[in-house]
Amino acid sequence: MGEIVFQKPKSLCDVPLHYCPGCTHGIVHRLVAEAIDELGIEGQTIGVASVGCSVFTYNYFECDMVQAAHGRAPAVATGVKRSDPSKIVFTYQGDGDLASIGTAETVHSAARNENITIIFINNAIYGMTGGQMAPTSLPGQVTQTSPYGRDVNTVGYPVRICEMLSQLEGPSYLERVAVNNVKNVKAAKKAIKKAFQNQVEGKGFSLIEVVSTCPTNWGKTPEKAMEWLEENMLPYYPLGVYKDKYADKEDK
Amino acid sequence: MNKVTFNTDLCKGCGLCVAACPKKILRMSETVINAKGHHPAEMVDQSQCIACAFCATMCPDCVITVERG
Repeated sequence: MGEIVFQKPKSLCDVPLHYCPGCTHGIVHRLVAEAIDELGIEGQTIGVASVGCSVFTYNYFECDMVQAAHGRAPAVATGVKRSDPSKIVFTYQGDGDLASIGTAETVHSAARNENITIIFINNAIYGMTGGQMAPTSLPGQVTQTSPYGRDVNTVGYPVRICEMLSQLEGPSYLERVAVNNVKNVKAAKKAIKKAFQNQVEGKGFSLIEVVSTCPTNWGKTPEKAMEWLEENMLPYYPLGVYKDKYADKEDK
Repeated sequence: MNKVTFNTDLCKGCGLCVAACPKKILRMSETVINAKGHHPAEMVDQSQCIACAFCATMCPDCVITVERG
């Protein structure tokens, strides 16, 4: 019996995920579960599920979960965290949830520097409802509700959440990562783990934006969707750390 | 020997593991159909596996377990 190099993390339930073939939600779920496992916080973690494809996250994590109304996950997480600060509270939200109907909750929880962790999946489309244009859809992107491509003259430009929040005094840690190849997945793992570690250390608001794919609604194979992400999404959504309040202090 | 095992019935046949494998020793089965109705991923040549776990890293459904031995 050899050394096990890779296996399913313990914090992920032993059930099949409902996501479409090649959906990167599964990868991000695993990264969150690995972070919870590695920090040993499984018994004290509470997750807040959003609305969208990720609504069923409460079936997939081996921790207590709360279901929030559409977009309100950061507000619910604020309540959970303030009522029991010993718990580690995270939300898992898509772009239709966090960047559209939940923008107010997102911005103000960041402004208050609530000690919570937000995992934000940005796949530039509304997945669960059938591929409508999202606030993060790219200029010219064809969706169900923009059949001639997103026209920025009538519907405006996509929202860059990390850049927007980085202007605030509040948030502690903002980073944008992607899951299109092994290197980026490993970087995403590191970022997600750091976002949880920050909360354990009481450092405040951490948000990780994960640039993801939606092969079904993009109308591409999973492999082609990864290529589309790299060619189209990454130029508009550059990866990197947008804010890290404690970076300088740790370097010294 | 390094060993890659598949929880075949969880596989959705997306092919991301096949694309990620640096040794090109994975493929989507053409004969097997799993419980979900997909053609699952399978190993072609186990002896060439370097246990890098790239396949498992890219798998969205935690189908793959990798052992180094």
